[in-house]
Amino acid sequence: MLVALRHAKWCLTLPGNRLPYCILRAADPAGEGRELSWITGVGLTPFGRLEGRTTLDLMSDAASAALADAGLRRDEVDGLITGYSTTLPHLMLSTVFAEHFGLTPHYAHGVQLGGATGFATVMLAHELVAAGRLRHVLVVAGENRMTGQSRDAAIQTLAQVGHPRYEVPLGPTIPAYYGLVASRYMHETGTTAEDLAELAVLMRSHAALHPGAQFREPISVADVLGSKPIAAPLRILDCCPVSDGGAAVVVSRDRTGEAGVRIIGCGQAHTHQHVSAAASLASFGTATAAARAGLGTRVALADLRYAAIYDSFTITLAILLEELSLAPRGGAGALARDGHFGRDGAMPLNTHGGLLSYGQCGVGGAMAHLVETQLQMTGRAGPRQVRDASLALLHGDGGVLSSHVTLLLEQAR
Amino acid sequence: MKDWTTGAATMLFQHCRACDAVWYFARDFCPHCGGPAPEQRTGSGRGRVYAVTTVTRAPSPALRALAPYRIALVDMEEGFRAMTHAAEDVAIDDLVQTRFVPFGDLVIPWCKRWERGA
Ligand SMILES: [Zn+2]
Repeated sequence: MLVALRHAKWCLTLPGNRLPYCILRAADPAGEGRELSWITGVGLTPFGRLEGRTTLDLMSDAASAALADAGLRRDEVDGLITGYSTTLPHLMLSTVFAEHFGLTPHYAHGVQLGGATGFATVMLAHELVAAGRLRHVLVVAGENRMTGQSRDAAIQTLAQVGHPRYEVPLGPTIPAYYGLVASRYMHETGTTAEDLAELAVLMRSHAALHPGAQFREPISVADVLGSKPIAAPLRILDCCPVSDGGAAVVVSRDRTGEAGVRIIGCGQAHTHQHVSAAASLASFGTATAAARAGLGTRVALADLRYAAIYDSFTITLAILLEELSLAPRGGAGALARDGHFGRDGAMPLNTHGGLLSYGQCGVGGAMAHLVETQLQMTGRAGPRQVRDASLALLHGDGGVLSSHVTLLLEQAR
Repeated sequence: MKDWTTGAATMLFQHCRACDAVWYFARDFCPHCGGPAPEQRTGSGRGRVYAVTTVTRAPSPALRALAPYRIALVDMEEGFRAMTHAAEDVAIDDLVQTRFVPFGDLVIPWCKRWERGA
């Protein structure tokens, strides 16, 4: 079906509408397989303070779990994609890991795209598998971001994403860049601090049911509003923590077992790098990436059943939900308050607790969203299981809402 | 030409003679049309506040002594946007004038309201 549609559209653009060629292509039995890839295995460590575990330890823990879940041996993995680690900065993290873990892949690649890296690595794995280049790609991330460096070192490293000449000398931090975004977005949409707080409360309530989450104690809107100011209007409970942790998935050309979760669309959009250079702080590349993944064309918004949305800050989550039309403009907080994004709501969201409460270890942070989605789609989420996760939208951003990646996942019978 | 990033109490921006684009981050070409040798211009420092935050948690021990401080994005009247520090009472949409003030070892742009925004 997808193939036929795609080629039908394509043949309209050919001079003379050369239909016979289109029919030949659509009848190619290999064509369908090339549209798709399968998430055959997932692995996730607890996030938080994991004293003594290094980047390579955490990557290995997650990779071992993902391979075991997929039922694959090391020698069956022909592709390896990693992100980066601030505690193990290296020119060649992918092959450092390959040697350490015992892989000799046909293809290795380390991707660097800030917070968007987690989903970008999975998109790259999908493209390579769908193109027929690779059979099983291990995508793995891990970092001892919490215990592997001082808190000051972590904050300073991250603040360097600002422009070195025109921004960093003014002393901004990552929360400050997002504080600027929040000030403008709230000004234009009427979003309030209470609205944002609802999203922190929601993520904490979800994390309460995940034994691996960094923060599981319930919080209230008043707790968020009374927490320590960091970069106005953002307070500490509006910000994700710094964590140790690891996450991995296997992206395969064919199913390896029961798990029937396939990637049916991916898209990216990159609109700027520095917050000073953003065309707007009330409209971003989010919907463009989603449209490129097929949202609104091959997949209808109304058919989505589960959402996994990057939540580095409460404002990030509010903006992405609203940019994706999963909430009306300025309305994400109200929907959260009404239970819309809860386990039993119309659009369950980040049921593991997200970055805000499961934790944020860098590249593995977004991948935890994907691991949870795969568990939901395979009916393995235990007490967090939602009724229907048959079609899922995942979206991550990097930089200051400057890089966007969307993934669309479908449950197969 | 020197600007505040190289120790002079002024803010420069660039203008493309070919396509008339203006921008803030210095380059030796126009990022819009690719035209060569953009012109350096000196900003008036007048603009309207687009966004503003207060940094309470500074990024380094050296800057912690200076916190809290306010950071704004200002849409300058010449058509480019710049990050500056801001006076305590500055709010979005305020019309502001930029001055250059010491911050640690540097001299940085700092803006102050001259008219309350609509
Ligand atoms: Zn030009």
